Amino acid sequence: MQYIHLAILWPLIGLLVNGLFGRHLPRKLVGFVGCFSVFLSFMVSLYAFVMYLGSQTLGLFGEYEYYILPWIEVADLKINYGFLVDPLSLLMALTVSLVSFLVHVYSLGYMADDDGYSRFFAYLNLFVAMMLTLVLANNLVLMFIGWEGVGLSSYLLIGFWYRRKAAADAGMKAFVVNRLGDFAFLIGIFLTFWFLHNMRFTALRAELSGPTEYGPYLFTAIALFLFVGAIGKSAQFPLHVWLPDAMEGPTPVSALIHAATMVTAGVYMVCRLNFLFTWSSFALLVIAFLGGFTAIFAASIALVQNDIKRVLAYSTISQLGYMFLAAGLGAFWIAIFHLFTHAFFKSLLFLSAGSVIHGVRGEQDMRKMGGLARYMPQTYWNFLIGAMAISGIPLLAGFFSKDAILFAAFQAKPELIPSAGTILWIVGIATALLTAFYMFRQVYMVFLTPPRFEESELRPHEVSWVMLVPLWLLSIGSVFGGYLALPALFRLPNLLGPFLQRTLALGTEKSAEELHRASDLLREGLLMGVSVVLVLAGVGLAYYLYRVRWGVTERLKRMFAAPYRLLLNKYYVDELYDAAVVTPGRTFAAAVDEVVDRGVVDGLVNLVAFVVGAFGQLLRPLQTGFVRNYAWYVGSGAVALVIILWLVRG
Amino acid sequence: MKEFLAGAPILSIVVFLPLAGAAIMALIPSDRTRFHRWFALWISVATFLLALLLLPGVSSFGEFSHQERYLWIPQLGINYHLGVDGISVVLLLFSSLDLVLFYVFWEGVLIPMYLLIGIWGSGRRIYAAMKFVLYTVVGSFLMLVAIIGLYVYSSHYGVGTFDFLRLREISLPGNLQTWFFLAFGLAFAIKVPIFPFHTWLPDAHTEAPTAGSVLLAGVLLKMGTYGLIRFSIGLFPEAAVRFAPLMMGLGVIGIIYGALVCVAQRDLKRLVAYSSVAHMGFVVLGLFAFNVQGEVGAVIQMVNHGVSTGALFLLVGMLYARRHTRELGAFGGLAQPMPVYFNFFLIVMLSSVGLPALNGFVGEFLILMGGIQADWLLGGIAVFGVVLAAVYLLYMFKQVFFGPCANPANRQLRDLSLREVAVLVPLVLIIFWIGLFPRPCLRVIEPAVKSTVQRVQQHIYRTYESSTGSIGGSLLALDIRAYSLEGGSEN
Repeated sequence: MQYIHLAILWPLIGLLVNGLFGRHLPRKLVGFVGCFSVFLSFMVSLYAFVMYLGSQTLGLFGEYEYYILPWIEVADLKINYGFLVDPLSLLMALTVSLVSFLVHVYSLGYMADDDGYSRFFAYLNLFVAMMLTLVLANNLVLMFIGWEGVGLSSYLLIGFWYRRKAAADAGMKAFVVNRLGDFAFLIGIFLTFWFLHNMRFTALRAELSGPTEYGPYLFTAIALFLFVGAIGKSAQFPLHVWLPDAMEGPTPVSALIHAATMVTAGVYMVCRLNFLFTWSSFALLVIAFLGGFTAIFAASIALVQNDIKRVLAYSTISQLGYMFLAAGLGAFWIAIFHLFTHAFFKSLLFLSAGSVIHGVRGEQDMRKMGGLARYMPQTYWNFLIGAMAISGIPLLAGFFSKDAILFAAFQAKPELIPSAGTILWIVGIATALLTAFYMFRQVYMVFLTPPRFEESELRPHEVSWVMLVPLWLLSIGSVFGGYLALPALFRLPNLLGPFLQRTLALGTEKSAEELHRASDLLREGLLMGVSVVLVLAGVGLAYYLYRVRWGVTERLKRMFAAPYRLLLNKYYVDELYDAAVVTPGRTFAAAVDEVVDRGVVDGLVNLVAFVVGAFGQLLRPLQTGFVRNYAWYVGSGAVALVIILWLVRG
Repeated sequence: MKEFLAGAPILSIVVFLPLAGAAIMALIPSDRTRFHRWFALWISVATFLLALLLLPGVSSFGEFSHQERYLWIPQLGINYHLGVDGISVVLLLFSSLDLVLFYVFWEGVLIPMYLLIGIWGSGRRIYAAMKFVLYTVVGSFLMLVAIIGLYVYSSHYGVGTFDFLRLREISLPGNLQTWFFLAFGLAFAIKVPIFPFHTWLPDAHTEAPTAGSVLLAGVLLKMGTYGLIRFSIGLFPEAAVRFAPLMMGLGVIGIIYGALVCVAQRDLKRLVAYSSVAHMGFVVLGLFAFNVQGEVGAVIQMVNHGVSTGALFLLVGMLYARRHTRELGAFGGLAQPMPVYFNFFLIVMLSSVGLPALNGFVGEFLILMGGIQADWLLGGIAVFGVVLAAVYLLYMFKQVFFGPCANPANRQLRDLSLREVAVLVPLVLIIFWIGLFPRPCLRVIEPAVKSTVQRVQQHIYRTYESSTGSIGGSLLALDIRAYSLEGGSEN
C-alpha cells in the first residue's frame, strides 16, 4: 500500500505541465494531460482498493500507514508527509478520483471554447491533488494542507471568469468565510497537540481509546473548534453564505468542488476524528442539531429559487446537513454512505444543469426555460435520474442512504436529550418532503412546462457525446450506488457498513448488525413507508402546481407574499452579515487607520518632534553668529558662576 | 578545502566585502554604469556564496562558531569580535559579539538607508527619511547608554567588558535588568517595529525606492527582532520573562492592529508596509512565548517576512515602474494583460496569507502553536490574524487583477521581462522550499534557540526559588513551557 501517494503525485505533475507550459501547448494535449493524470490517480486508488479487499479475504485486515518525508520537526512536534490507507480513506480516494475524472472529461466539452483552457485544467488538477492529500493524510496538519489547498483551488475556480465582478467577489467571499472556519480549525489543531501531544490519527485514536487524564470539557472544546472548521468548509449555517455565490464558477467546478467532493471535507473530517468527537456527547448533539437545522433551512430556501444552479447549491447545503445529522448521532458510516451516493447524484445533477446551460447558451434563469425535454432528451433523462435519486424515489441510491439516516435518527437515544433522535427524524422526513418538491419543481420548470423563450432565437440543442458519456456513467452510480449498503429488511448483505465500521465503529455507535437485530424489522418497514409516502407527496405537489395547474404559483406568491419574500431573499442572512459585520468592520478599520494611527499614534510622534523643534526655535535667537554676543554670554556666565560659587561657599 | 576554510576569516570577509566593493566603485567614474551594475551584482552574489560557506560549520549545540576576535580599543575592552550561531546564520547575517561593534554596525546601516530614501525616494521623501533616522536614533541612544552601563557594571567583576559572551555569564540584579531591558527594548521595538512605535515604517516604505523598501523589509526590520532575541532576551532573561506578557500583548496588538489598518489602505505600498507590522507582530509573539516552537517559528518567520514582503515590494515596484501610480483604484483586470505577473503575485500573496505548503505557514503555525501554549488567550486572538490577512491581501489582489480591464492604460501593460522573472524565480523557489522542506532550516535554528530558551528557563527557576511569587502569573504558564521542552513523543 506504500504507493497511494502516487495518486496525489499524478495530478501535481499535470498541474506543473499545464501550469507552466499550458499556454504554449496545443489544446488537445492540454486536455489530455489534465484528464489522463486524474485517470492515473483513479487507477492508483482502484488498484489500492482491490489490493486492500484482496488482503482482507486473506484475513490480513489492517491499516497501512507510512511516510515518505519529514515536514516540520521542532522539539516534540513532528509532522511528516505521511499517509493512511484504511477503508475510509480508500473509499474517499476512490470516489474523489472517479468523480473528478468524469468531471474532467465533461470539461473537455464544456470548456472547449474558453480561452483559459489550460488555466482551467491546471486549477482542476491542483484541486484533485489537494483533495486526495486531504483524504489520504495520516495527520491533522497534512490534512490541513489539503484543506486549505482545496480552498485555494475553489477560490481560483470560482473566480475563473475573473473579468466578471460577481465572480471575483464570490471567490473572495468563499476564501474569507472559509478562513473564518479555519481560524477555529487551527485552534482545534493547536489544542489537540497541546494536550494530546500528537497529530497522527492512529496515535490519537490509540491515546483516546483508553481513559485519559482530561475531562469532557477539553474534548468538547476541541471538538467544537474543529467542527467550526467543518461548518465553514461544508457550508453549514451560519457560514453557508459562500456556497450559493460560488455558483459563479464554471458548472463543472460547481459539480466537482461545490457539490461532490470539497464541501464534504467537513463531514469526512468529523468521521475521521470520530474517536475524538465521541468523547463529547455535547459536541455531537450540537453537530446533529446544526446539521438537522441546516438541512431544513436550506431546503426551504431551495423551494423558491429561480436560478437553476442556486437551487442545486441550496440542495447541497441541505444534503450536507443530513450527513452531519447522521454523524452527530454517532452513525458515522451512514454519513459517509450518504456522502458517497450524494457525490454521484449531485454531480450528475450539476453536470446535467451544465448541459442545459450549455444548450441554451448561458441562460440560468429557470423562468426563461421550459419544455427542454424535447430538445435535450438525454440531458433530460439524466437530470431526471438525478432528481429521483436525491428525492429518495425507492430503489435509487439516495433512497437507501437517506433512509439509513432517518432510521438511525429514529433509533437514536442520545444520553443528554433522549428525544433528540425523534425530533431530528421529524426534521429529516420534513426535509425529504421539501427535497422531493423542489427537485421536481425544477424538473418541471426546466424540462416539461411550456417553453418560455423564442425558439428561433435560442435554438436549444443537445450537447456533444463527450459531455453525455460522463452523465450516463454518473447515472449508473446514482441508480446502483445504494446497493452497497442495503437495509436489513432486504435480507441481502450490507457490504459498505461493516467495511467502513472497521475504522468508524469506535464510540457510542452500535454496529449495523446490532442496530438491525435490536430493531423491529416491521418498524423499519413502516418508517420506510412513511418516507416514501412523503416523497411521493412532494413529487405529486410539484406535478400539481407546475403541470396540472401551471400558472397557479403566481397566485400563491401573491397570497403568501411575506414568507415568499423571506425565502426568496434567503432569510436575509447576507444582508445581516453586511449590516452586522462587513460594513461596521470596514468603518472600524477606516477609523483605526485615520483616527488612531494617523491621529493618535503618529500624531504623538509628530507632537514630540514639534515640541523639540519649537524648543529649538525658542533658543535659536541666542545663536546670532556675532562674536560680541557670544563674548557677552561667556562673560556674564563666568560672572554668574563666580557669584553662585561665592554664595554657596558663603 | 576544509582546512583552508578553517583558518580563513570568512566572517570578516563576508562582512567587509560589500564595503570594499563600495570603495572600489567610488573610485571608478560614475558614467560607466554598466560596470557599476555588474560589479555590484557580483559583489552581492559573492558575499552570499561566502555566507553559505559558513553553514556547515554552525554548531549543532547552540554555541557560536566562526568566532574571530581582535583587539580594537583595548583600553576600554572593546574588541572586534564576530561569531555566528543557528539564529544569526539563517538571517544572513548579524554576527557582532561585541556590543560596541554591534552599535557601530547598527548605526552604520542608517547611512545608506537615509540616502536611499532621501535621494531616490518619491513624494515626501525628505520627511520620511528624517523621520526614519531621527526615530531610530532616539531609540539607539538609550541603547548606547545601556551598553555603557553594562560595561560599568561588569567592571565590578574585574575588568569591564563589552563582550557579549562574557556579559552573558554575569547575572544582573533584577531592577538593573529591567532598566537595561527597557533601554535595549526601545531601540529594538522602534526598529522592528512594535506597535505603537511603527509609524515611521509606512512613510519610509512608501517613499523609498523599490530597492530601499526591499532592504527595509528584508534586512533592517530583522535587526530589531534579532536584537530582541540575541541581546534583550540573551542578556536580560529575567526582565524578559517579566515583560513577556507585555511584549506578547504588543505583538498580538500589532497583528490585529496592523491588519485592520491594512484593510483601510488604498495605496499598494502602504498596504504592504502595514502588513509588515502585522507579520512582525507574529515574530514578537513567538520570541516572547519562550518555548522552542514559538521561538523557532519566530526566527523562520523573520526569514519568511524578508522573502515574502520583500518579493511583494519588488512586485509592487515593477507595477509602479510601468504605471507610475500605486493607487489601488487605478488598477483592475490586470490578470488579462499580465498573466505571468499574475502568477508570481498570486504565489507571493498566498505565502503572505500563510497558505500551508508555502513558507509563511511554517512560521505562523509554529509561532501560534508556541503562543497558544504560552498564553492561550493571546495566542487565540493572534490566530484571528490569519483571517484578517486573507481579508486585506485578497481584497488587494482582487482590486488589482480581477474585474474588467477597463482602463486603457492598463490594457497596454507589458508582462514581466526576462530580467524581472529572473529576480522573482529564486524568491518563489525559497517560498516553496521553506514551505515544503523546512527541515534543514529548522535543524540549524533549533539548537541555538534551545540554548536561549534553556538559559531563560534556568533564570526563571533561580528566581522562582528566591522570589515570593511576584511573577506568579507567568510562572504557571512557564511550567507548561518547560514541560513542552522535555517531552519527545514518537511520531
